[in-house]
Amino acid sequence: MMGLEHFMNEAISPWLKEEGPDSDIVMSSRIRLARNLDGVSFPLIANEKQLEEILYFVEKEFNQRSYASYSDFEFLRLSELKQIQKQALVEKHLISPHLIERSDNAAVLISKNEQVSIMVNEEDHIRAQLYFPGFQLERALKESFQIDDWLEEKLDFAFDEKFGYLTTCPTNVGTGMRASVMMHLPALAITSRLNRMVPAINQIGLVVRGLYGEGSEARGNIFQISNQVTLGRSEEDIIEDLNGIVQKLIEQEREVRQNLVQETPIELENKIYRSLGTLKYSRIIESKEAAQCLSDVRLGIDLGFIHNIPRSILNELVVLTQPAFLQQYAKKRLSASERDIFRASLIRERLTLEEKEE
Amino acid sequence: MECQECHQNPATIHFTQVINGDKNEIHVCEKCAVEKGYIHHKEEPYSLHHLLSGLFHFDTDLMQQSQQNKKATLTCNNCGMTYRQFAKIGKFGCSQCYLTFNEHLNPLLRRVHGGNTMHEGKIPKRQGTSIYQRKQLRDMREKLRNLIEEEAFEKAAEVRDQIKELERTIGQSEEGEHDGS
Repeated sequence: MMGLEHFMNEAISPWLKEEGPDSDIVMSSRIRLARNLDGVSFPLIANEKQLEEILYFVEKEFNQRSYASYSDFEFLRLSELKQIQKQALVEKHLISPHLIERSDNAAVLISKNEQVSIMVNEEDHIRAQLYFPGFQLERALKESFQIDDWLEEKLDFAFDEKFGYLTTCPTNVGTGMRASVMMHLPALAITSRLNRMVPAINQIGLVVRGLYGEGSEARGNIFQISNQVTLGRSEEDIIEDLNGIVQKLIEQEREVRQNLVQETPIELENKIYRSLGTLKYSRIIESKEAAQCLSDVRLGIDLGFIHNIPRSILNELVVLTQPAFLQQYAKKRLSASERDIFRASLIRERLTLEEKEE
Repeated sequence: MECQECHQNPATIHFTQVINGDKNEIHVCEKCAVEKGYIHHKEEPYSLHHLLSGLFHFDTDLMQQSQQNKKATLTCNNCGMTYRQFAKIGKFGCSQCYLTFNEHLNPLLRRVHGGNTMHEGKIPKRQGTSIYQRKQLRDMREKLRNLIEEEAFEKAAEVRDQIKELERTIGQSEEGEHDGS
């Protein structure tokens, strides 16, 4: 049994270390399916006994099991985790902040490679999510259907001919699917072009959000694009729309990056190297500033200004420099100002470690 | 007094922190207080549910008072949620609520899902074929419960027999499915 340690030791999930298609701009693709058990009260109003029965059943049927390439699912009860460990799972996107609020009767089932996580008793009884590195929504959809079929072998999902999969919130009913793509869009953000594109994106039933979902700000120029409509359109059609928009955003981002390189090369290079300097030499750095500098350095790598730092280190630092992971790493609770000092030293250390002599 | 963190904004939050007996006066602006974790600024998350619950009352003016009351007190037999509660929180109590509130849901779903009210896409493999029969079965059990409450035992016996018949058919077709796969 691997236990919790496995998920806590590394800031970055194993799958995120691999580079996927278009991974200079698209960091990851995710499919989330919401499912509920037929006839059982939804978590919102279910009593302790009902919630406990669901946890018991899921643990019995799925803990330590494997499915296809997803091996050794680990069942973790939130009531048995420390607050800081739960927070770290949120920072790794393995659970949602809402699951923490429901800690008393909630759990998560995570595959060893952390590509699949299945939340139990979140807003819905089951929320299964699957990640792939880079831009590969079709593949993510195909495999999430397989995971869904696997769960369905044991669980009797609430489904209606007219309404589709029945969910707690009417905004998820139908496919119960939320497909999202996490993108690094510094050039579109700097030039405010993204803001101008958002209304058009919304019009076709898609939304743009910050890194940590609904209501969160876009730190480090990382944005999430996802579908809003779940009823009346098949999963494949939804993915096709999303693919089209993401493809457009990739093109536009690349175009604006090239414009920046041509029109203001010295200003751009200045910004990138100042940020690298800040990361390399700061003794105190707040998470917001760190995220912005990491974004600039990432852009510097993509544009070929910086050669001697691997891109994957930036994915890692984005997660590692979040408050809970930082404390997990420090193996103790840190005050806000201690965190800023520890964050700075951690970034310095990681960058020197990875940086090769030019 | 200016904020001791950013030295830009005026300090609006003042308190004394005591750690291991050491007293420390803190004067910060709200922004820094949030960033430093002194206060939890629960920003009203984009209030979809307020928005949603507003949509339920869209047809209020058009409806007769009596109809409205009838609608509001509509209650799910499975979980006990009333339509009024549903309209307030914008969330269902269980899968059965969808069927209970069925006839009132279309305007809401149309607004949320770009005009759509009918599911397209994946169907659960196991339940797929028997889904209509199972729905029928649920309805009939409900009917049976009502008849017994009304003490209409003759009719209840009829419905009970129909339920048995349907249960047998479902059982057979499920066996058939398993044989086939």
